[in-house]
Amino acid sequence: MTVGSPAVVIGILLSTVIVAAWLIWVERRMIGIWQDRLGPNRVGPLGLGQVVADMVKIFFKEDWIPPFADKPVFVIAPAIVMVTMLLGFVVVPFAPGVGVIDFNFGLLYFFALSSLAVYSQVLAGYASNNKYSLLGSLRAAAQSISYEVFMGLAAMGVVMLAGSFNLREIVEAQKDGWYVLPQFAGFLAFLVAAVAECHRAPFDLPEAEQEITGGFHTEYSGMKFGMFFVGEYLGITLNSAILVTLFFGGWLGPAFLPPLAWFILKTLVFILFFILLRAALARPRYDQFMSFGWKVMLPLTLANIVVTGAVGLSVP
Amino acid sequence: MISQLRTLWIVLKHTFSRADTVQYPEQRPKLYPRYRGRIVLTRDPDGEERCVACNLCAAVCPVDCIALQKTEDVDGRWYPEFFRINFSRCILCGLCEEACPTYAIQLTPDFELCEYDRRNLVYEKEHLLIQGTGKYPGYSFYRVAGKAIAGKDKGQAENEAPPIDVHSLLP
Repeated sequence: MTVGSPAVVIGILLSTVIVAAWLIWVERRMIGIWQDRLGPNRVGPLGLGQVVADMVKIFFKEDWIPPFADKPVFVIAPAIVMVTMLLGFVVVPFAPGVGVIDFNFGLLYFFALSSLAVYSQVLAGYASNNKYSLLGSLRAAAQSISYEVFMGLAAMGVVMLAGSFNLREIVEAQKDGWYVLPQFAGFLAFLVAAVAECHRAPFDLPEAEQEITGGFHTEYSGMKFGMFFVGEYLGITLNSAILVTLFFGGWLGPAFLPPLAWFILKTLVFILFFILLRAALARPRYDQFMSFGWKVMLPLTLANIVVTGAVGLSVP
Repeated sequence: MISQLRTLWIVLKHTFSRADTVQYPEQRPKLYPRYRGRIVLTRDPDGEERCVACNLCAAVCPVDCIALQKTEDVDGRWYPEFFRINFSRCILCGLCEEACPTYAIQLTPDFELCEYDRRNLVYEKEHLLIQGTGKYPGYSFYRVAGKAIAGKDKGQAENEAPPIDVHSLLP
């Protein structure tokens, strides 16, 4: 297996999409378990067929475009989140020899694409011509700008330690110890930012059903809504994979499991953590959320960079 | 911040607690005798209808789903000529059971009232009447009530004094 061979590329594309769809079931089952329920367990063994049933349902639903909507933009918006999130997987180093491209600026590429994904929400809210949708997309834009800032800064500590933006080299540099220990503050900040980046509860303010009736996807139905949904799960998977790569040594692990298995296992733990966050925590108010980002997380990450730089300079 | 972490931990601990779900069609919930489900009309220990067609249940019913018509047999016992409950309206509130002076109308622990045709939810007397006495096995209205019927005159009921001739009390 080599990075970028057609079989590997197709395998990664199929498995990411299938995993993202399958996460719908995982999330419902896990939230059920944490709320002392069972979750969907009727369709197929363990309810695994629920995803298929949901897909069939969502394909047969009426795909309605509101007459007051801006049609071309309305149609293209849900595709953007899918495309950007799938493109983000291009740089993920699954294992040695498994990946789409070996890119020198992989980390920057990931940041660029996760910022581009917000266009999906902004355009969806704008094209819907609905005040709740517009509020949702305003929130999405503001949230992405403020949390993208310290997401990048939180990862800079790792980049300083590894001396590279290449995600594969960052993983290789963690041979002697995962960066979660020397970069614990950076890890925490990156985790918070990652949750905010995929608009997941408790930071799902752009959707916030209870306040703004679904936010940017209020007017969406059928498979267009499904694209937002799958895009969200792709985002969770992508952000978990990047978290594992930056702070938990990617594919590195004891030799009794193959590297790919270690990577998948670690990513799964973070996906489950994302779901646990949704099951447990309440959504903060919007102004609290913004001030938390700018007044707590940004200084924290800046201090982290200063300390990392000072230690890096003083200890040769 | 600490409370958020505590919340996460408490929720995570629920991974190992048993689900409260009752897997309904395979696993039946335990229903207690006083569960308010499908309505039945009971009989007294002699096998006669308990209902005396007093209309109190129909009067108290908040959704007007009970309809009946009183008639009388040759013994002088009152009974409903027809007794109809429209279960598509019934809200299973149990007020009819509380109102009933003869324990005739009772709610049972059966909630599976599904039909493909809505008209099939209108139960007539022959659908409502059961053979037994329901929740009150020994009770027979005409044995304890002062109403005279054939074979039981005034004053012959249980715990009933013979009627006083009011004219004998006159000075």
